[in-house]
Amino acid sequence: MKHNTRNVYLIPYVLWIVLFVVAPILLILYYSFFDIEGQWTIANYKKFFTPIYLKMTFSSFWYAFLITVFSLLIAYPTAYLLTKTKHKQLWLLLIILPTWVNLLLKVYAFLGIFGTYGLANAVLEALGVGTKQILFTDFSFVFVSVYIFIPFMVLPIFNALEELNPSLVDAARDLGASAWTTFRRVVFPLTIDGVKAGCQAVFIPALSLFMITRLIAGNRVITLGTAIEEHFLVTQDWGMGATIAVFLIIAMAIVVIITGNRK
Amino acid sequence: MKRKVKWDNLYLIIMFVILYTPIFYLIYYSFNSGGTMHHFQGFTLEWYKEVFQDTRLLIIVLNTFVIALLASAISTILGVMGALAIYYVKKRRMKNLLLTLNNVLIVSPDVIIGASFLILFTIIGIQLGFTSVLLSHIAFSVPIVVLMVLPKLQEMSPTLIDAARDLGANQWNVLTKVILPFITPGIFAGFFMALTYSLDDFAVTFFVTGNGFSTLSVEIYSRARQGISLSINALSTLLFLFTVLLVVGYYFISQRSSRLYGMGGRK
Repeated sequence: MKHNTRNVYLIPYVLWIVLFVVAPILLILYYSFFDIEGQWTIANYKKFFTPIYLKMTFSSFWYAFLITVFSLLIAYPTAYLLTKTKHKQLWLLLIILPTWVNLLLKVYAFLGIFGTYGLANAVLEALGVGTKQILFTDFSFVFVSVYIFIPFMVLPIFNALEELNPSLVDAARDLGASAWTTFRRVVFPLTIDGVKAGCQAVFIPALSLFMITRLIAGNRVITLGTAIEEHFLVTQDWGMGATIAVFLIIAMAIVVIITGNRK
Repeated sequence: MKRKVKWDNLYLIIMFVILYTPIFYLIYYSFNSGGTMHHFQGFTLEWYKEVFQDTRLLIIVLNTFVIALLASAISTILGVMGALAIYYVKKRRMKNLLLTLNNVLIVSPDVIIGASFLILFTIIGIQLGFTSVLLSHIAFSVPIVVLMVLPKLQEMSPTLIDAARDLGANQWNVLTKVILPFITPGIFAGFFMALTYSLDDFAVTFFVTGNGFSTLSVEIYSRARQGISLSINALSTLLFLFTVLLVVGYYFISQRSSRLYGMGGRK
């Protein structure tokens, strides 16, 4: 009993896929072979492999790596402790709530907090460290990014921990494993999927955020995202921007493949 | 044992303090008559007055909501169709292909989506402005709706459809009387997610917005680049209150569907 009418739903959906998923990626690839005058060339790719662009790519990866690691180090204990609380769904909601506040506003708040007379410096002053230049440094960039991404790291890890059968932990403890061994050999391996999902949710955006670099890092940090934005909207060199985008897409695909082998 | 519990709580408390400090910092200084985000001078509502007298800003707020509501409504319809399409596809490989393509826009960084849509609209000849922003918001919300609706469809027992058909329901009846009522919680969740994604989006809009048209995120960005102005703080207080309302609404809906869907995903 075949019903042809059933496939009707495919028409708008496939149309959407072709127009907004497939076509844009192909267009990016296509544009990466044009220089600023509209000539067909592979000069953009040559340019990408010059030290300037390679260094930028490397530093972008390095920052994304730092941001992911710090987010993980902070988010894992948070998620773990959250599963131990009463009313954990409510606490989880409170962790997620800040992500619903406009990203720009949170970044903007740090302009005030990290400013010369802001909260951070007031605290430093009280501790006797004295006023420091915090805004427009690498530190402020990493801190704000980690702040932004922590909820996205907590959520998948929390879900993974929730799925973990607590009797496995009891069994490990009964068999004489220390708390650390239990964590290392039982809890962490069983929640690795959540960790992977979290890393994916943090690493890829961390490669491409440009508003944080612009507002907080004062153009000191240039990520792949900043470079793409610069080429597309400032220098209007779409070809070069598209070339960097191609490499960002490749990086994204690799990250998804590494972290994506979930059930 | 007792001491350990205390340390645990301390860690969580510090986390919450850090997470909420920036938000309440903004709100606190929105009442500062001093005009800066340090040294509170005195209480004032001046900045709120400024927000409500700024016609340009109010138009931008209106634009943002119109775009968000239209985009999430249209993308909900498209997304439900997409979920049904994936649900009805029988071949496993085709199903996986569709799901992979569906997820491309979710995993893609905003910059890539923005840049590629900019190229797309330029080539098709769509003028940058309201239409281009609306189209791109619809485009990136569709996969989210699909992901919210699809699990509901898969939860549904296929015997329900068979029963309806045996009792003489036609295709349209099956859809409106059986399938749609069953997946309604998923549809609502999808709509809300699409709404928040659209309201929150900055990067994609920034690329495709052109000169004449602006949404709230883009406006905040360009104002923040010029430095601190407490009318942004006032605006953020109002937005925060609105967000809390939305979250409470969403929470009740997801409570009713007895399951909290995966949230988040701002890229």
